[in-house]
Amino acid sequence: MNVAVDLAPVVALVGNPNCGKTALFNALTGSRQKVANYPGVTVEKKTGRVVTPAGRSLDIVDLPGTYSLRARSPDEEITRDAVLGKLVTERAPDLIVCVADASNLRLALRLALELKQVGRPVLMSLNMMDIAKKRGIDIDLDVLSRELGIPVVASIAVRRGGIDRLMQALDERLSRLPPAGTADWRAPDASALRNAQHEADRVLRAAIRNAGQLDPGTAKADKLVLHPVGGLIILLAILFVMFQAVFAWAQPVMNLISDGFTWLGVQAAALPLPEIIRSFLKDGLISGVGSVIVFLPQIVILFLFILLLEDLGYMARAAFLMDRIMGGAGLHGRAFIPLLSSFACAIPGIMATRVIDDRRDRLTTILVAPLMTCSARIPVYTLIISAFVPDTKVWGFIGLQGLVMFGLYAAGITGALTVSFVAKRFFWRTTAGEPFMLELPDYKIPQLRSLAIGVTTRALAFLKRAGTTILSMMILIWVLASFPQPPEGATEPAIDYSLAAKIGRAIEPVTTPLGFNWQINVALIPGMAAREVAVGALGTIYAVDAGEGAEEKIGKVLAGQWSLATALALLAWYVFAPQCASTLAVIRRETGSWRWMAVTFFYMLALAYAAAFATFQIARAAGAG
Amino acid sequence: MTTISTLALGDARVGFRGRITALDMTRAPAAGLPAPELERRLLELGFVEGAAVELLHQGLFGGDPIAVRVAATTIALRRREAMAVVVSQQDLQP
Repeated sequence: MNVAVDLAPVVALVGNPNCGKTALFNALTGSRQKVANYPGVTVEKKTGRVVTPAGRSLDIVDLPGTYSLRARSPDEEITRDAVLGKLVTERAPDLIVCVADASNLRLALRLALELKQVGRPVLMSLNMMDIAKKRGIDIDLDVLSRELGIPVVASIAVRRGGIDRLMQALDERLSRLPPAGTADWRAPDASALRNAQHEADRVLRAAIRNAGQLDPGTAKADKLVLHPVGGLIILLAILFVMFQAVFAWAQPVMNLISDGFTWLGVQAAALPLPEIIRSFLKDGLISGVGSVIVFLPQIVILFLFILLLEDLGYMARAAFLMDRIMGGAGLHGRAFIPLLSSFACAIPGIMATRVIDDRRDRLTTILVAPLMTCSARIPVYTLIISAFVPDTKVWGFIGLQGLVMFGLYAAGITGALTVSFVAKRFFWRTTAGEPFMLELPDYKIPQLRSLAIGVTTRALAFLKRAGTTILSMMILIWVLASFPQPPEGATEPAIDYSLAAKIGRAIEPVTTPLGFNWQINVALIPGMAAREVAVGALGTIYAVDAGEGAEEKIGKVLAGQWSLATALALLAWYVFAPQCASTLAVIRRETGSWRWMAVTFFYMLALAYAAAFATFQIARAAGAG
Repeated sequence: MTTISTLALGDARVGFRGRITALDMTRAPAAGLPAPELERRLLELGFVEGAAVELLHQGLFGGDPIAVRVAATTIALRRREAMAVVVSQQDLQP
């Protein structure tokens, strides 16, 4: 039984970026993953087991999108090696499904011709037939199949239509598999590629009428979106709306969550339990975790924007608009997507740098990605801004708090561009980098299902973090802040006698020039593991300190305890500080060296110290001390 | 009325329509890749002799990068690499 299952034939999905390969994979396997329009977003190998109508078990492998087996990036190397059966850990595919976008067939046909040379059976699955039909692209499947010399099946992956037909075709093809041949493929040279494209064009002319039409909707939209000036204004407007939305739209839900945790805390405080346990439940557990979970709405909104833009096909346009500007800072246009993802979280951002072919370009992007304002900074920014920045309007309609938030994002971006500029000029000393060559896919209406899956996955990941890393940090902080207990008849607040105070005071000489008191130092220590923990930690420390309930807003307490200069210095620190253990771990993994992890950690630490120092001293000199 | 003249795609203006007559790597000395690799990448994105091209859009700074319709696909690239694509202009022919 097990043997039979293990020998399930392997079916590899190969196709150009944006061909709807991942959507087809989802429809086939029901797997939960995202569908995107940006070339090369499928960076990880995905497999799924499927049972065909004839009862045959199949292992479907979704491979990174590519234009050719001639690999140029780590992603494309995976595709090549998997197709050729060179991956030691994987079985060679028994059948290759060349997935193609019916409305954009030309480059796919050349890839299909290349796949035919691998020496394994190939089948073509035509995706997005509905879109092609709507645009008047007339495909004769029989002619296409005859001219290509492989079976061709039509499917509409995103609507789950045509999947049955593909399943039947897989069954039919697998029932008469030839004995596995040895892969005979060599990287084509220019003349082979040229001949193949000419042959593909011949097939295209024979089988398809009306193939070259530019999608009228895309053409019209791009007149605006890619306009040299208008396009940049639209891009800035989108980013601005995104950040205002994160601040304004999330507020009602955040209030609701906050009230809910307050209620829970009150309930816990009334339980008939020993004082120390009630304190743990209310000040450690509920207020600690609650103060982090309250930011879930903001994170959901941010990811919704990023996924929406990705699925819409806007991300490649943004890269186009930003290429020259990023190039000025020594970054590749393709770095825009990883850096934009880093606004949500640096970890997926750093992983997305795999689409950058050149090693140095990639390293530079990895080094600066953590400077992008990730969602874990939002809790800290929000807390301090709402406590210290008045909620007034500038020019009558722009919220001052949102404006300060925007400024913090801008500081991160400026920092990243400066660091990459310096790295490029003084360390790499290169001028001409990798060329910027990118397909601009037609705009597609995002699929609600794929958006929902994407946002849910992120939200769950955040909640899981809140439940594990963050929760354990909160418990540690509560222990540090509660023990040892104050002696009998103590006159100072209880926390003054705790371990936390000892640690915080020990490093005070280093942080005093930054305006940080020992309470901030205590919050920064667990913040090294995860940035957002600092919020809960401050809550715990000050709630204990003030001897008040957790329902007291942390912000109000802070506003009474810190000077404006200290608050600003802490914001500046947070823009640059390397406070995320997971990010450092990912850098170590993606660069394959401890060295780059250390470089990232220390340059960010130095920047953070310098920025906080300058901010505090300047603010104090200006009378905000 | 048809006038035929060739130029590098990297020198073309927005609205240019024509056909690719040759790929000539010697015309793109500033490209970020060695000549054989650049040629293969251009070919893989569909820049092949005979293909119809139209320059659709360009960036703000120095008109760079450019978005080019190549047969049925839209490709974004920089002008310094597009210098290697030799195109013939076909005026006034719808």
